Amino acid sequence: MEKNNLKLKDLEKSSKIKKTFYRWILFIILGIFAIYYISPLYVMLVTSFKSIEEIRQGNLFSLPSTLNFDAWIIAWQGQTFNETSGLKMDAGNVFLKNYFWNSMKMVVPAVLISTILGALNGYALTKWRFKYDNIIFLLFLFGTFIPYQAILLPMARTLGVLGLSNSITGLVFVHVIYGLCFTTLFCRNYYVSISDEIIRAARIDGAGFFTIFFKILLPISLPILVVTVIWQFTQIWNDFLFGATFSFGDAAPIQVALNNMVLTSTSVKRYNVDMAAAIIAGIPTLIVYVLAGKYFIRGLTAGSVKG
Amino acid sequence: MATLKINNINKNFGKTEVLKGINLDIADGDFLVLLGPSGCGKSTLLNTIAGLETSNSGEILIDNYKINDMEPSDRDIALVFQSYALYPAMTVKKNVTFGLEQRKISKEKIQESLNNVAGLLQIEQLLERKPSQLSGGQRQRVAMGRALVRDPKIFLFDEPLSNLDAKLRVEMRREIKKLHQKLKTTIVYVTHDQTEAMSLGTSIAIMNHGVIQQCDRPEIIYKKPENVFVADFIGSPSMNLIKGRLIKEGSDFSFECINSNKTTKIPIINYNFINKNVKNNQEVLFGIRPEHIYLSKIIKNEYEIKLKAILSEYIGHEQIITFNYFDQELLGKFPSSNTISMNKDLNLFFDLDQISIFDRETKERL
Repeated sequence: MEKNNLKLKDLEKSSKIKKTFYRWILFIILGIFAIYYISPLYVMLVTSFKSIEEIRQGNLFSLPSTLNFDAWIIAWQGQTFNETSGLKMDAGNVFLKNYFWNSMKMVVPAVLISTILGALNGYALTKWRFKYDNIIFLLFLFGTFIPYQAILLPMARTLGVLGLSNSITGLVFVHVIYGLCFTTLFCRNYYVSISDEIIRAARIDGAGFFTIFFKILLPISLPILVVTVIWQFTQIWNDFLFGATFSFGDAAPIQVALNNMVLTSTSVKRYNVDMAAAIIAGIPTLIVYVLAGKYFIRGLTAGSVKG
Repeated sequence: MATLKINNINKNFGKTEVLKGINLDIADGDFLVLLGPSGCGKSTLLNTIAGLETSNSGEILIDNYKINDMEPSDRDIALVFQSYALYPAMTVKKNVTFGLEQRKISKEKIQESLNNVAGLLQIEQLLERKPSQLSGGQRQRVAMGRALVRDPKIFLFDEPLSNLDAKLRVEMRREIKKLHQKLKTTIVYVTHDQTEAMSLGTSIAIMNHGVIQQCDRPEIIYKKPENVFVADFIGSPSMNLIKGRLIKEGSDFSFECINSNKTTKIPIINYNFINKNVKNNQEVLFGIRPEHIYLSKIIKNEYEIKLKAILSEYIGHEQIITFNYFDQELLGKFPSSNTISMNKDLNLFFDLDQISIFDRETKERL
């Protein structure tokens, strides 16, 4: 008996040591990864606040000596007024302001339309089953595997025929079409888990296709709608290829402008302006994630709706 | 207030026939229970009546008016679902009144109906809650309220109690019965629970493989099952079915079990054979319910036999004893106050007024 107790005590001790040991290893590894991931953002941020001279002096990781917003202003609206020298600083011909709004005008309708259509598709595919609906769904699924590059030429032709080339409307159109497969897939998988009996009850209560959708189903779709909105927003906002292919000049979205800005500056590489511009171009997606991130996880893992 | 008539309904899903020529005639104020094992087509039949599924052939008539091609919402029926199917995003009040709002009924009328139903089902204090804030029994009430509020011609219930725990189920069962007594509406009720069927229905239709096996009053179903399926399905434990054959002796028959020594024959007296062509030596199943086997002589038309008890199952108020009847198992149900010793010969009395005899080939009642 006593011998046994002794043994158990030893075991308890060693398991405690093991536990703390593994804990520490875990934290160290996680810490390394976290630093590795966050360091580019850190470099971008500090660089954007430095002046060109400061950048030339060299240390990538050092904090800026003063909080200098010049680079941000130049990136946003093209020129700024330097208070110390009293000189107008010119920024070259590309700056982000107009293109930012271009992107907004493209992203908001494209996200809304593709989300609503995807939800409707998902609803019809799960709750109003029809002959060969499985094949239709399979085609949608297949659509998610089509790479961007594959549709460039046919889409350019289509936009030409429709008279939508080089316009925001044209880009909205492209993004809605391309995103539809994804939004349909998301919503379909969500609606499949919602009881059919609710729909049947509503039909007996006298509600039609759209009444059921808007009054019964949409109010409980928030988790999946957030997922599709985040997904679509990120995809469309960050898209460069469609933007670069189907638009040019003043109609281009922000990612294209960012590229032009970084590549076309004539004289010196202005790292601070480039960094500020890159951050500006990334801010909206960050905001969307922060606002809706809670639902994003919930929606991704959603399988059941209580009710 | 309505009658419901179902004429020769057939329904296939692809190649599988789910309903095969269903005929039912339900009088005004009847409470018909569709009873059967899962997959027998009872829910499909209910959905067909509701209009959620279409039949391949046949007619459905409410008050002698054919409703086959009408939308579910136009048939003036209400359906209570197994999962309650409450609208998750709406309050109880909205849930109950949604159907009326869709029908563009005036606000005052809706309020009035809502008050009536809420009072009847005692859900007044729940009206502002969401379904997720309700317990199972409360959801059940709300689901019934949603059906009641429209005052439909026919109520359909699709296994409404099967998601409740045992105690609540008995309570709600009583409430449904009370409600039917009070409102006297025509009801079609689907269940796989025979106790529910027996206690609720004014008539029961037992279904299997898409065919109605028997449709009659509960007493008849219990006492005179028309075939082996019904005999076996109703009752717990189910009816003993002993293999053997009929022996003609003069004008009367007696039953002889297989493997038995020729001397033990059960006389069959006062049994009304439906089939008049019963022959000598016909292979049959002799059916007697466990509860119609007694330990003492208390009945007139009885048959006494000595059997060995081989297994005892105690279930509280009763005990179920398995006997060896010429190498066939025979179950008896007795009050648990009786002490029964195992592996000893015991005097048993069969109540011969309660027996059923089936043809062994056709499985039909003789």
